[in-house]
Amino acid sequence: MNATIEGGAATRLLANPRFTRTMYYAMLTVLALGFLFPLLWMIGTSFKSGPDTVTHPSAIFPAHPTLTNYAAALHILPRYLWNSVELAFLNVVFLLAVASLAGFAFARLDFPGRDLLFLVVLGSALVPGIVYLIPQYAVFRDWGWVDTHYPLWVPRAFTPVFGTFLMRQFFLGIPKELEEAARIDGAGVFTIFSRIMLPLGTPALATVALFTFVDSWNDLLGPLIFVNSQRLQTVPVALALFRGLEFTNTAALMAAATITIVPVFAVFILAQRYFVMGITLSGMKG
Amino acid sequence: MTTVETARPPVDRRLGVSERKTRRPRRSLVGYLFVAPLMIGLGVFHLYPMLLTIYASFTKWDGLTPKHWVGLDNYTKLITKDALFHQVVRNTFLFMLGAIPLTVVLSLVLAALISSPRRSMVVYRLAFFVPYVANSAAVAVVWFRLYSGRDGVLNTVLGAVGIHGPDWLVTSPWALVAVIIASVWQSLGYPMIVLIAGIQAISESVNEAAAIDGAGRFRRFRYITLPLLTPSLFFVTISQFVVSFQVFGIVYVMTHGGPGHDTDMYLTRLFNVAFGSGQLGYASAMSWLLFLIIGALTVVQWRLQRAWVFYE
Repeated sequence: MNATIEGGAATRLLANPRFTRTMYYAMLTVLALGFLFPLLWMIGTSFKSGPDTVTHPSAIFPAHPTLTNYAAALHILPRYLWNSVELAFLNVVFLLAVASLAGFAFARLDFPGRDLLFLVVLGSALVPGIVYLIPQYAVFRDWGWVDTHYPLWVPRAFTPVFGTFLMRQFFLGIPKELEEAARIDGAGVFTIFSRIMLPLGTPALATVALFTFVDSWNDLLGPLIFVNSQRLQTVPVALALFRGLEFTNTAALMAAATITIVPVFAVFILAQRYFVMGITLSGMKG
Repeated sequence: MTTVETARPPVDRRLGVSERKTRRPRRSLVGYLFVAPLMIGLGVFHLYPMLLTIYASFTKWDGLTPKHWVGLDNYTKLITKDALFHQVVRNTFLFMLGAIPLTVVLSLVLAALISSPRRSMVVYRLAFFVPYVANSAAVAVVWFRLYSGRDGVLNTVLGAVGIHGPDWLVTSPWALVAVIIASVWQSLGYPMIVLIAGIQAISESVNEAAAIDGAGRFRRFRYITLPLLTPSLFFVTISQFVVSFQVFGIVYVMTHGGPGHDTDMYLTRLFNVAFGSGQLGYASAMSWLLFLIIGALTVVQWRLQRAWVFYE
C-alpha cells in the first residue's frame, strides 16, 4: 500500500516536465563542468600562491589568490605574444584577399579552364600538409627565408583552399541581379567585386578570418621547423620550450597557458555563430 | 511585316557576335588575374614542393649537400628494415584504434544530448567545443601537469572516487592511454558540432510521426535519427582518420614520444627524422608513405560506406 503511494509520487514527479527539465540541465551542467575540469584547474592554479600549489595541488579555487604568476608570465611572454599577434594579422589580411578574389572568380567570372582549375584547388586539399613541409624547408632555406617570419604567413595566406571554397559557396548564393544592375550602370568587374560582393560577403569573410586566426595562433609545427631564433618564436612554441625550463613553478606555467588560450576563446565566444557556420558548410559536402 | 521579322535577327546576332569578340578575351583575362595569387601560391608552395619530395624520396639527402640517387632504398628500408618505424606505425594505429571510436561515440552522445535548438543549449555547446580552439601546446602543458606524478592532480581526483591511478606518463600502456584521453578531450568539439548540425537538419515531421505512433525518445533516436545521421557520421569518421593519423602537438609537448618510443607517432617521428637528424630524403619517403596510407584508408572507408551509410 505504502509502496504504491510512493511509486505514484515518483511517477508524478517524473511526469512533471519542469522537474525532468531541471534534472536534465543539472546532469548537463555536471557533465560540462567535469569536462572542463582541466581548463578550470588551469585558470584556478594560475591564481594560486606558491604554498597553495603544494598543499592543494588539485583544488580549483586558490586559497590565497594572487596575481604574481601573471606578472612572472608577462615578464617572459610579451615578445612571443607580439610575434603571434603580428603573424595572425598578416595571415588573416592576406588570406582574405587571396581567398575572396579567387572565390569571386570561381563563382562569377567566366574564363576557359575555370572548373578544371577549381578541381585542382580542391584536389590539393587531399594532400596532407606534412608532404609539403620538408621540401618547403629546403626551398625557403635557398631563399634565405629560414629564421624569418615569411614561412609562417606567406605559404598559408597564398594557399587558402578551404577559404576559397567557402567564399565561392557564399558568392554563388548571392542573386545575380545585383551585379547586372551595377554592370548596366557601367561598373567594372573590380568595382562589382569590391563594392557589392565583398560587403555582402561579410559573414563568409568573418568565418574565414576566424578559422585563419585560430590556425595561425595555434600553429606549432611551422614555427618549430622554420624559426630558430628565440626572439622570433610564437606563443605555442614558447610554452612547449618553457614547459620545464623557465617556468619551474606550475602556477606561472598555468598563467602563461591561460594567457595564450584566452584571446582565442574571446574571439571564438564573440563570433561563435561564424564558427558553426564554417563547420557546417565544410561538413555538408559529404 | 515579314521583312521586318526576317531583317531583325541578323542584326541582333551580328551585334552579339561583335560584342563577344571584343569583350571575351578581356573578361577572361580578368578572371585569370583574380585567381592568379591563389594559383601561383598553390604552384609555388604546394605543387613544386610536392614534386620535389617525390624526387627527394628516392635520394639520400641531408638538405645541405646535393641529393644522391638511391632508387627505392628509402622505401625498402622503411618497409622491411626500420624496426623503430614499424613501432611508430603500430603506435599510431593503436592510438587511432583508441581515439577514433571514442571521439565518434562521445561526440555522438553529446550531440544527441544538446542538439535541441533551445537557446540555453548554446552554453553547453560552447563548453564542449572550447578545448578544440585551444592551442595544443597549452593543452599538452595542462594535461602534463594533471598526469604527472603518482600522487598527481588526476590521481588525487581519481582517488576521491576510489580509483587507484597509475603513474600515467612514465609507465608503458598508460602513457598511450594518457595521450588518447587528452587528444580525444581536445578534438571532440568539431565532430560534435558537425553531428548537431546533422541532427538539426533531420525534419521534425518524421520524428513527430514516430512520436504519434508511440515511439519513445530512445527508440526514435535509434531508428530514425541514427540512420538519417549516417552521412554525417561517415564524414566525421573519415576526417578523424585523417586527423588522428597526423597527431603531433600533444605528443610532442606532453610525452616527447616517451617512455622510450612508446608514444612516438608517425608525425613526431617524421619530424625528428627530418629536422632532428637531418635525413630529408628518408623523411620525404616517410611523408609519401603517409600520404599513400591515408589515401588507401580513405578509399577503403569509401567502399565500406555502402554497408552502413544511408542516403535518402
